[in-house]
Amino acid sequence: MRRSVTGTRKTVAALFLLPALVLLGALVVYPIGYSVVRSFYDRSGDGFAGVDNYKALFTDAGIRTALKNNVIWVVFAPTVATALGLIFAVLTERVRWGTAFKLVVFMPMAISMLAAGIIFRLVYDQDPDKGVANAVWVGVHDTFVQASAFPKAHPGRDSPLTAHNGGYLTKATVSTGTPVALPLVGVAPDQMPDGAKKAVRAAPDPGRITGTTWQDFTRGKGVGTLGAPDPTELGYAGMRIEAVKDGKVVAATTAADDGTFTLPAAADGARLRLPASNFEEPYNGLDWLGPSLVTPAIIGSYIWMWAGFAMVLIAAGLAGVPRELLEAARVDGANEWQVFRRVTVPLLAPVLAVVTVTLMINVLKVFDLVFIIAPGSSQDDANVLALELYRKGFSENQPGIASAIAVFLLLLVIPVMWFNVRRLRREVRR
Amino acid sequence: MTTAGRWLIEKVNSGLVRGFLLVVGLFWLVPTIGLLISSLRSPEDLSASGWWTVFGKPSQLTFDSYRKLLENGDITDSLVNTVLITVPATLLVVFIGSLAGYAFAWMEFPGRDWWFLAVVGLLVVPVQVALIPIAELFGKIGLFGSVFGVVLFHVGFGLPFAVFLLRNFFAEIPRELLEAARLDGAGELRLFFRVVMPLGGPAIASLAIFQFLWVWNDMLVALVFTNADSQPITVALQTQVRQFGNNIDVLAPGAFISMVIPLAVFFAFQRQFVSGVMAGAVK
Repeated sequence: MRRSVTGTRKTVAALFLLPALVLLGALVVYPIGYSVVRSFYDRSGDGFAGVDNYKALFTDAGIRTALKNNVIWVVFAPTVATALGLIFAVLTERVRWGTAFKLVVFMPMAISMLAAGIIFRLVYDQDPDKGVANAVWVGVHDTFVQASAFPKAHPGRDSPLTAHNGGYLTKATVSTGTPVALPLVGVAPDQMPDGAKKAVRAAPDPGRITGTTWQDFTRGKGVGTLGAPDPTELGYAGMRIEAVKDGKVVAATTAADDGTFTLPAAADGARLRLPASNFEEPYNGLDWLGPSLVTPAIIGSYIWMWAGFAMVLIAAGLAGVPRELLEAARVDGANEWQVFRRVTVPLLAPVLAVVTVTLMINVLKVFDLVFIIAPGSSQDDANVLALELYRKGFSENQPGIASAIAVFLLLLVIPVMWFNVRRLRREVRR
Repeated sequence: MTTAGRWLIEKVNSGLVRGFLLVVGLFWLVPTIGLLISSLRSPEDLSASGWWTVFGKPSQLTFDSYRKLLENGDITDSLVNTVLITVPATLLVVFIGSLAGYAFAWMEFPGRDWWFLAVVGLLVVPVQVALIPIAELFGKIGLFGSVFGVVLFHVGFGLPFAVFLLRNFFAEIPRELLEAARLDGAGELRLFFRVVMPLGGPAIASLAIFQFLWVWNDMLVALVFTNADSQPITVALQTQVRQFGNNIDVLAPGAFISMVIPLAVFFAFQRQFVSGVMAGAVK
């Protein structure tokens, strides 16, 4: 036990402690007691309500969603952030620009959750022309799945085509030697495929079916010559055309850049179909902030903020791992994965535990990110306890229930409180 | 395995590691870059195309959104409020926390260690617990909606960490130094201001940075306890989020302005920040 060097009088000690103890008492301790008491009283605070407010924790639909989401948060956010932190901490030791990398990943810790929320509201914007998440996602999707090119195309006046299962079918059968015209309208000029060229009338071919499919519309002049390509009209490059006989596809092709196409003689007497795949709306990406993805999406933004915290603490722990141990394992023939799995991770276990527990406490209190990122339409689906407490307490005027949520949150952190005190008791006794 | 084979495997592995870290680094940078570029585009461009189109057309970049924002009285007032809340809340926590930390470390009084453990126990209390009780308390004593009320709240919730950090740091000060000062006739206050505070510099710096960032970045506490006249920048921007989509020209530069100071502090005092984070891993 340290002895005072100053021979302090107790009144002096009291004066040094007074400001801190008064503020802590009034602003932290008193509210705990008040919340506990308040949680047993009804809405107005006049009538004793027993455990009704606590019952609401498990019956109120909003609170139940919040509880469910908090479980998802507590299970996934700390573990993923810690795992990423571990991976980053280990890998950055092997590159020369490791410090710069750490700086980049750690930086989000310095900014407010509000700013991070705005940043990710932008990232998750539904429109692939605004939100970078969907821009990338749609880009990847369209690399693997052919995008349809003519979502708005439809037959014009006196058209030889008729609607059929989302696509269009010729009213008459086609025959070899007679060029077919498949005119449509309605594709905006800037939506035309990049390769589209001036549409030309297909040459008759006695042995095959030939034809043209094009945009039969000339700006300012209406259709121009109805049913025949005008000089300013563009071919539907890439339009898929099927020849159908008795409900079966007997031949298929794709229109050239000038809109012309050829089908083998087998298509003679068939009807031509422009299948629905030509006209599907373009793929617009995922609804990140819709009801089903909103919680994972917000957890993603949380991990963006906090993986750096895990990384820095783990890196500090890693610096304390004796290099000889790792080298010895390598000399014994262990590969890098085995060294990581069998030596590094067990040695870091205490740090990993501290990081995970710290993040769990932090996650219980998450408010700003959900409040900012979840749009009004899906905020109920993204609800968490801290947000529900705010809503119940400050917009729904339910201080009793809000206090019960507060007490519940406090109960959840008490084990950690106890652990901290025990750990320190050993230290102060030393 | 031959030496050449081992060498090849190592080359491939380190290439993979670099590639992976590079991709991850991009993942971490792109969202912030998106915000920065969005804040430098006109509302028309913002509604017409994605921010990444500036790489093909740099002429889009403009400071107009910032100019308009800084002409907006609500925003500039709220920036002033942020400073008015953050600076006193930081100084008070450092000062009051130092007094208590010193008392816990070097003074003798009954139940000293129990008092200290009680303070440590308060480290993990969620601020949410205090929102409703303090809102009612402030309502009664007329502090609700005032800058001073928010400052008090932040000081209260900053103190457990401050006392914890500083007591542990002050306890490491060599006894001889304090005794020497005492023999020279230094009184209690002199000892505190001339010896303990200067020696506690590193810990005080960590604490100050931590508390500064925590208060500057807070939205929830201010959301509850401030009104339109005392709201800080986070709350002012939050009210704009409801119309997200057609006001990115306000939100993006606003968010960026609110980030500038914390980022500057972060880059200038990285080491202290990191040691604060390490010490605070229990908060």
